[in-house]
Amino acid sequence: MTSTRYEAIIGLEVHAQLLTRTKMFCGCSTAYGLAPNTAICPVCLGLPGALPVPNRTAIAYAVRAGLTLGCTVRRASRWARKNYYYPDLAKGYQISQFDEPLNERGFLDIATSSGTKRVGITRIHVEEDAAKNLHGVGAGTDTLVDFNRAGMPLIEIVGEPELRSSEEAEAYLKALREALMFAGVNDGNLEEGSFRCDANVSLRPVGEERFGTRCELKNINSFKFVRKAIDYEIARQEAILSSGGTIRQETRTWSSTQGKTLSLRSKEQADDYRYFVDPDLPTLVVDDAWLEAIRASLPERAEARRARYEAALGLTAYDAHVLTAHPRIADYFEETAKALAARCARSLPLAQAGKRVANFVQAEVLRVVSTDGLEASFPCSPAYLAELLALVEDETINGKIAKDVFADVIETGKAPAEIVKRKGLVQVKDASAIEEAVRDVLARHPKERESFQGGKLSVKGFFVGQIMRALKGANPAVVNEILDRLLAEP
Amino acid sequence: MSERISLDEVRKVAKLARLALEDDALERLRTDLGDILAWMAALERLDTSGIEPTFQAIEARGALREDEPSPGLRHGEALRAAARSSHGGFAVPKVMEGE
Amino acid sequence: MLHDSSARALRDAIVRGERGALEVTRAFLERIDALDPKLHAFLYVDAEGALAQAASVERKRREGAALGPLAGVPIAIKDNLCVRGIPTTCASRVLEGWIAPYDATVIERLRAADAIIVGKTNMDEFAMGSSNETSAFGPVHNPWDLERAPGGSSGGSAAAVAGGLAPLALGSDTGGSVRQPAAFSGLVALKPTYGRVSRYGLVAFASSLDQIGPFARDVHDCAIVSEVIAGHDPRDATSLEREVGSYTASLGEGVRGVRVGVVRDTLASGVEPGVTRAVERAIETLRALGAIVVDVTLPTAEHAVSAYYIVAPAECSSNLARFDGMRFGPRVEEGGLEETYGKTRARFGREVQRRIMLGTYVLSAGYYDAFYAKAQKARTLIARDYERAFEACDVVLTPTAPSVAFRLGAKLERPLEMYLADIFTLPASLAGLPALSVPAGLSEGLPVGIQLTGRAFDEATLFRVAAAFEAASDHHTRRPPAFFGGAA
Ligand SMILES: [Mg+2]
Ligand SMILES: [Zn+2]
Repeated sequence: MTSTRYEAIIGLEVHAQLLTRTKMFCGCSTAYGLAPNTAICPVCLGLPGALPVPNRTAIAYAVRAGLTLGCTVRRASRWARKNYYYPDLAKGYQISQFDEPLNERGFLDIATSSGTKRVGITRIHVEEDAAKNLHGVGAGTDTLVDFNRAGMPLIEIVGEPELRSSEEAEAYLKALREALMFAGVNDGNLEEGSFRCDANVSLRPVGEERFGTRCELKNINSFKFVRKAIDYEIARQEAILSSGGTIRQETRTWSSTQGKTLSLRSKEQADDYRYFVDPDLPTLVVDDAWLEAIRASLPERAEARRARYEAALGLTAYDAHVLTAHPRIADYFEETAKALAARCARSLPLAQAGKRVANFVQAEVLRVVSTDGLEASFPCSPAYLAELLALVEDETINGKIAKDVFADVIETGKAPAEIVKRKGLVQVKDASAIEEAVRDVLARHPKERESFQGGKLSVKGFFVGQIMRALKGANPAVVNEILDRLLAEP
Repeated sequence: MSERISLDEVRKVAKLARLALEDDALERLRTDLGDILAWMAALERLDTSGIEPTFQAIEARGALREDEPSPGLRHGEALRAAARSSHGGFAVPKVMEGE
Repeated sequence: MLHDSSARALRDAIVRGERGALEVTRAFLERIDALDPKLHAFLYVDAEGALAQAASVERKRREGAALGPLAGVPIAIKDNLCVRGIPTTCASRVLEGWIAPYDATVIERLRAADAIIVGKTNMDEFAMGSSNETSAFGPVHNPWDLERAPGGSSGGSAAAVAGGLAPLALGSDTGGSVRQPAAFSGLVALKPTYGRVSRYGLVAFASSLDQIGPFARDVHDCAIVSEVIAGHDPRDATSLEREVGSYTASLGEGVRGVRVGVVRDTLASGVEPGVTRAVERAIETLRALGAIVVDVTLPTAEHAVSAYYIVAPAECSSNLARFDGMRFGPRVEEGGLEETYGKTRARFGREVQRRIMLGTYVLSAGYYDAFYAKAQKARTLIARDYERAFEACDVVLTPTAPSVAFRLGAKLERPLEMYLADIFTLPASLAGLPALSVPAGLSEGLPVGIQLTGRAFDEATLFRVAAAFEAASDHHTRRPPAFFGGAA
């Protein structure tokens, strides 16, 4: 939504759950969907006397996130307590970071209609998640609290208020999600809440430098809602401002059922969080050796993969995008391309192998892939797919047969070569055998040959069909060539 | 009586701390806190310019845990300690979402 | 008499088979039954658990298994330490009826040492107080004079050991809570270096200051328990990985050449003459033993009370937020959520409320820098004072408290006066240093304690100096007459 009088100022805060086995400060499981309150302990339940001990892998993942987003990683960062009361907050405070967070000053490049835009990232800090309040369970009016989620490891990525439209906000979120997924630290699952977004939205008159009063939008849990919620909020604020009103600083929530944002609380009612350094936790130190080890283990970023696919694997920009829709799809593609190139070492350079695999994956494989968070399940291994495509490459079968064989591989789990052999799908490419078959067919159909020579060229298709049936598959190019030659004979 | 802290401030702090106190208790706290804060004013005399704060007098290396699961509380044992529970959850007075 | 034996004498008798662990445990349980009504040192006596533990020690002995350093020795536990399966109340209505579902690390270590946990001791509510009068379940009485306070906040633990209801006890010390009651009760107690003993399972009061420390009737027993409970714990991130070493090995080495620093200036005001005399006598004793006595100064220590009563309440206001009746503990459910929070938490006693309020205030927007940040900087200066002092000496000697045990009720409604009496114990707490209180005689029939403060991790020197001092005097043989049938 664009306005001529006002400019929208949007900054996003994203909470992303780190893909560890255990929680941020205790050894409880992070598995999703367990029965309520079955993954809890004195630490995450905030029992008297329990103490937090940070999860090394969670810190390593948070550093990965910082590195992948170009942040400066603070070698000594501090834990802080954010104090407030809420039944989903076990200890009456959240362990987070305040002054001196782990990562600062990063950036994210996003694609906009007017080209690539670099958006600043203020900070990425580590914190623990709150429990989950369940409403309307059973007959009572109580709220029930499930502490399985309490203490899940999160990073909060605070973006600079440099986004100017809901389109940019959506592009930012998608780019961020992609970056975290390719770094292997987050599964990007908005539905399960492992990637959550709050948006700060304000308006200012075009040409004005100062920011206007902002509202914080919570509960934006799908990409569809990001655009809707921000557009609604921009329109709401614009209506107020253009009729001479003032914006109240408040927290609002997006109601997908009503299609609008609703006020939750005004800033005057806000808590005073009384942040202070958590005395239970010493300074968080990331030393040289550890930082370098994390840097070395950082998976390749999506943009880098795309550039490499274009440069080395013969892909178009479009293909590269499609194949990096998910890190596991990209892995699958690369593995298959390498295996195919290795099988056809003499005939097929990597760039061509890449293109062949890309085409087949996009046409056939993507239809049958299912993804779940960072996982994806493929019905056929990269090795089998490479074997199948190698059969096409050495002209044992043609492309059309390959599709049938692929379907067969999925169904039976058998190796492509075995299927081709067992079903007799090997195409004849020996020219003399083909010529013999062509001559035989022509000899057995003199009437059709006459009508061809009389100008009815469509009869050629009939001959090809007969020849193919007789040969049980053959290289169509060779068949056509021989057929044309023999038909031209007097 | 000390003017270090007003009754309104005491009330505000009590609200922040979720302590529902009667007026006489708030009055008493105003006196006590006022006296203590007035006495603490002596700290202003201490020159701390350029001094780093101490968050932990003797700081440990800050060891981290490995990402290995460890046994937690049994579901029933945890819920039994609660004032009320139902359907496997800790039952609390109704919460307005976003409250 | 069993109840007058040292812990190591009991242990040795049990190991040699002269006494049974069950016999010893029963004797102390009977003594608790008979005498605790006078003292109110215990909030819970775990006779069943203690006897089961004693039976297992006897079984181990019969089977020829190695017995731990506290085999069969009863020990009383301050009620802010979690012991699995029995109540932990912190002497508060807010935690009434709560059964800890796990053992604190120190409890695991005591069990591994074959100690017998006899029960949970009374204390100031959430360890906030210096007289044990803020307990929601009534005060503890000092065995030396039942009209007097045993000190606090670990008053129940002190009274239990002083009255011979247990040879050993654990307390916790945030600003002096084992040292001051030890002084008031004629006992030895150590506050270890911050991070030396795991805090896992200690209900937090002020996390950057809290340490668990033992009470005993002599230095050697105190050193044994200290050694058992010290050491790194992966469940406490503030726990130090440094090697503990032996606290008992150097006990007999004497003090020849040890430099004892005496603080004569700013801290001297307001000290009772009887206490001053005891301190002077102690200095002379140490000098006579060959120690080198030097004067040192702690110029920032006068600000310790202010700094402490900002930092500790600030941390407590956050640490006590979890007592909201939502997941455990009693809930006063009235009206909606906010009302329930307020009414439930209004069950904290007055002193705890006072500190929560003070702590919330000093952390709140607009006051943080003037109070909390300032106090944390004062801590840095206090630590530097000690660094400078330890260039000239090996231990710093002061009184533990400015007075002997005061009368119950004397200071309860005068919080500031109560806070000011912590002046000698607070500086070491703020600097995280180890400090030990050892008996230094009687003043008007009541015990006086002196405090030895050492370098970080140097508990061994404190024990060594205290042992030499103890050996050269008979202070530690004094017993409260009403509990030991006349002067010992
Ligand atoms: Mg956050
Ligand atoms: Zn847990």
